[in-house]
Amino acid sequence: MSRTPQGSEEARPRTLAEKVWDAHVVRSDGEQPDLLYIDLHLLHEVTSPQAFDGLRQAGRKVRRADLTIATEDHNTPTDNLFTIEDPTSRKQIETLRSNCEEFGVRIHSLGDAEQGVVHVVGPQLGLTQPGMTVVCGDSHTSTHGAFGSIAFGIGTSEVEHVLATQTLPQAKPKTMAVTVNGSLPEGVSAKDLILKIISITGTGGGKGHIVEYRGQAVEELSMEGRMTVCNMSIEWGAKAGMIAPDEKTFAYVSGRAHAPTGEDWDAAVEHWKSLKTDSGAEFDREIVIDAAELSPFVTWGTNPGQGVELSGAVPDPAAFDDPVERTAAQNALTYMGLEAGTPMREVGVDVVFLGSCTNGRIEDLRAAAEVIKGRKVADSVNMMVVPGSARVREQAMDEGLDKVFTDAGADWRFAGCSMCLGMNPDQLTPGQRAASTSNRNFEGRQGKGGRTHLVSPEVAAATAVAGRLAGPADL
Amino acid sequence: MEKVTTHTGTAAPLRRSNVDTDQIIPAVYLKRVTKTGFEDGLFAEWRDDPEFVLNQDAYQGATILVTGTEFGTGSSREHAVWALKDFGFKAVIAPRYGDIFRGNSLKNGLLTVELPTEAVEAIWDAVEADPTLEVTVDLVGREVRAGGETWAFEFDDFARWRLMEGLDDVALTLRDEARIAAFESDREAWRPKTLPSPV
Repeated sequence: MSRTPQGSEEARPRTLAEKVWDAHVVRSDGEQPDLLYIDLHLLHEVTSPQAFDGLRQAGRKVRRADLTIATEDHNTPTDNLFTIEDPTSRKQIETLRSNCEEFGVRIHSLGDAEQGVVHVVGPQLGLTQPGMTVVCGDSHTSTHGAFGSIAFGIGTSEVEHVLATQTLPQAKPKTMAVTVNGSLPEGVSAKDLILKIISITGTGGGKGHIVEYRGQAVEELSMEGRMTVCNMSIEWGAKAGMIAPDEKTFAYVSGRAHAPTGEDWDAAVEHWKSLKTDSGAEFDREIVIDAAELSPFVTWGTNPGQGVELSGAVPDPAAFDDPVERTAAQNALTYMGLEAGTPMREVGVDVVFLGSCTNGRIEDLRAAAEVIKGRKVADSVNMMVVPGSARVREQAMDEGLDKVFTDAGADWRFAGCSMCLGMNPDQLTPGQRAASTSNRNFEGRQGKGGRTHLVSPEVAAATAVAGRLAGPADL
Repeated sequence: MEKVTTHTGTAAPLRRSNVDTDQIIPAVYLKRVTKTGFEDGLFAEWRDDPEFVLNQDAYQGATILVTGTEFGTGSSREHAVWALKDFGFKAVIAPRYGDIFRGNSLKNGLLTVELPTEAVEAIWDAVEADPTLEVTVDLVGREVRAGGETWAFEFDDFARWRLMEGLDDVALTLRDEARIAAFESDREAWRPKTLPSPV
């Protein structure tokens, strides 16, 4: 059962991305895009109803319900588990439930221990494993690349295509390496690293590429830190982001509900160990970063590439050489209500949001709790803590983290996408300013007129205490 | 899907870069379970502003959107494409797009073509000078024509053929059903399955 290319091709050194790609090619004829087999298809309520409708209209079934799983996350309330007040949100959730029932798809609904943000649920169940192809109608599917899988977001037409065929036609992307040499300094997190990368590349810098993050600093990240980095690959336009699996990856998967066991485990690990870029393999592009130069990083603008060191200041649009970037910066400062030259540490916030598929896992909650323990959230700040899944919530409560947050005056909530996107009741009001551990600072993303600064969990916690953007060292 | 070949119409100049899909349609408008009716959410954050280009009388009825680079970045929501189509747009011209948005547009027959920034600026100037100017986006000839000027664009051969024939992707793929089945019979036994559920 060999799906590596035959003959002379076999000797050609390949990148990690090429190896995983090649192992999933159902058809490659040089004319049409490659047809890729999909190992895992994740569903949620927002991008799936029209896909199921398409199946019904064509009289098609879900080809592999056993490679498909659904959860409820985008529309769900986080102040209670069972009452969805908005009738259109409720309708969307009910539609997902009835579609899953009709087509035989497993679903984890509100109230279930495995319910939560789709990209938190896959890894926690052990469904996300190295060397897979993973898709979901959600751009942050890139998260799963942290396991050495090719994982990317798709549109609803493609959701329908995967439901019907378990495959996707895909033009083969180029490859890029982001090599982070050295170790991250004390107090610098995975979130700071990825925000810095996006500020270098801009929102379109990764377009058309599968990116492999590598180097000492990446190897030293925990699995959850690696997920944070891969999660935001889409924010610089990459097709996918991935990290070669290692002993940390295997240990993270081991023992989870869907992890292979016994002889299957041995066979899987043997395969997973082959999933690294061969020496001599060539990337189409490479970016090299020195980890020692990094420090806590935050955004000032309205796209994730508009970021600066926490120790820095709001930039002057006139300083941008590129006229498109200059105009974008001017527009961003107007929307954000910021003046050029203001030190970032002087920017006061109204809301702190800790959560999302970027930073809603247990390590994120622990890191923030460590900072806030024994301190108080500033009177002027409303801090919301939203675990990424019901299981993360339960684990955090077992560790007493909920108490740390509530003692500090933060709001401890149920799992969901929450304030990452303005779709459920958790939204900013016009003009409100948030420090948010989520992934997008787009205009209106967290609610109409809301202003977002993207930050790490540590900076979020320190900001909640200080009432303005701050790092743990500032407290 | 409807066949797409050439479209001629008037154009609306949206002088902004990095118009992400949250700006094309905010999340609060994504709650429908149908594929139509999304026009009310199109650019909702800006629609209160009388100066916004789509609110100006001169650009009523425009069917081509001409916009800045990195259009449609961010969220994978296909609703962004449905909103543009429901509003009446048939084609978009921009220097560059978010990948997922571009893919979604071509699956719905919204013709998204890439022209260099200088060409986009020339079209902006031309349609601001004369909002009634007819612009043609010609997929067959792979060029945009307006006011006596012509700009060629690149367009993937396979994607172009699919659009021109109005083909359904799922039906195309199912022609290879035997290959999919063969691949499945070779898959490693240890690969994870969601069913039966162990939890």
